[in-house]
Amino acid sequence: MSLLLTAEDWQTIGLTIKLAGTVTLCLFVVGTPIAWWLGRTASRLKGPIGAVVALPLVLPPSVLGFYLLLAMGPYGFIGHFTNWLGVHPLPFTFWGLVVASTFYSLPFMVQPLQNAFEAVGDKPLEAAATLRASPWDAFFSVALPMALPGFLTGGILTFAHTVGEFGVVLMIGGNLPGETRVASVQIYDHVEAMEYAGAHRLSAVMLVFSFLVLLGLYAWRPNPKKA
Amino acid sequence: MFKRCQHLIIGAALALGMASAYAEKVTIAAAADLKYAMADVAQAFEKSHPNDKLDIVYGSSGKALTQIQQGAPYDLYFSADIDYPRELEKAGLVVGKITPYAFGRIVLWSTTMDASKMTLQSLANPDIKHIAIANPKHAPYGMRAVEAIKSAGVWDQVEPKLVYAETVPHAAQLVESGNAQVAVLSLSLVLNPQIASKGKYWLIPDKLHQPLEQAYAITQHGEHNAAAKAFAQYMAQPEARAIMQRYGFVLPGEAK
Repeated sequence: MSLLLTAEDWQTIGLTIKLAGTVTLCLFVVGTPIAWWLGRTASRLKGPIGAVVALPLVLPPSVLGFYLLLAMGPYGFIGHFTNWLGVHPLPFTFWGLVVASTFYSLPFMVQPLQNAFEAVGDKPLEAAATLRASPWDAFFSVALPMALPGFLTGGILTFAHTVGEFGVVLMIGGNLPGETRVASVQIYDHVEAMEYAGAHRLSAVMLVFSFLVLLGLYAWRPNPKKA
Repeated sequence: MFKRCQHLIIGAALALGMASAYAEKVTIAAAADLKYAMADVAQAFEKSHPNDKLDIVYGSSGKALTQIQQGAPYDLYFSADIDYPRELEKAGLVVGKITPYAFGRIVLWSTTMDASKMTLQSLANPDIKHIAIANPKHAPYGMRAVEAIKSAGVWDQVEPKLVYAETVPHAAQLVESGNAQVAVLSLSLVLNPQIASKGKYWLIPDKLHQPLEQAYAITQHGEHNAAAKAFAQYMAQPEARAIMQRYGFVLPGEAK
């Protein structure tokens, strides 16, 4: 059963899922401490840091793509860093897309987590502290389970948003099959080459997938009016 | 007083109406390789036709074709090849004849290496990690780049290093930012002073690829636009030809 998609199309779908999955895992690790800090701090830096985290919501992908192209190149600061580490430069690679998408999807992970941590509040943690739980223990056995719905929402939104990424990938990916040619780019190429049948098939798959993800998200979310 | 005002307003409205009746706007879809050459031609045209205004949108020829087929309001379509305008003609969206206006050339270009001393064989050099070309799936300049690399017999060594840019100017960006070492660009782009000062180039012999015959068509949308016709004719005038030659284009009727 091929669903009439070509092997190339399937490859782009596989790559898209691999990218979105990797980015979601990365953002669980990177996003949790940021969200924890934002959700609990009284620092004056909360506003500025929160604004920086939210930037990708507003910035056109072309702005992000342009800066990342320069930053990841051999003259940019990320380029200097990868060079110092002795690893392969990031543009035109899968890991380059992972780094770019981590920036691009940051608010989709951090904001639901921050809301969840804020909802937990101080009291359960204070109670844990009086029972002599260390701060780490309190985080993992009290705050984390209570914030689990936030993790689920953040994870789904991050995954879905990364699947929908296009502009940044086009600017820094180099359109390499199996490495950086994700489904959204493949659809664009189909359209530009006037292969409308191919574009239709892959687009339909993306449409159904996106709907199912959102359906899952909304069906799972408890309705606050009933609660 | 009121009456005088009224007269003034009517007069102004009439004058505006007259002006807009004479001034005509032409919207042009042009291949990305024309970016600088076309801007210069358009400037010269607007100087001699002060009532006409040209709006030029640059992009890949394939994208422009798709847009026109879907009803984009372009009056003129300047493609980077002749097959795309023919496709438009088959769809019945062209008025008059498809007219070749130039032959393009491709070059190797680099900002970090001396490309003027390179050949296509040099692309196999291990110091060259990435080579940027326009996407051959929808950009004629990218298709010719692939043909030339194949004719030179280095495809197997070069293919793993290729990265695919949206257009020829995007390929230049990838080199300028240091992410690729060499790009295959259009001669018209590297002869632009802005780009020329940044790197050196080597002209790829045109016997290694199919000719880059570039043609334009007046679209159905531009059928009643007199300024569109005037600009199309202007392309064959000596002023326009001189500008196109300055950007390295070989012109129809010219010995190659």
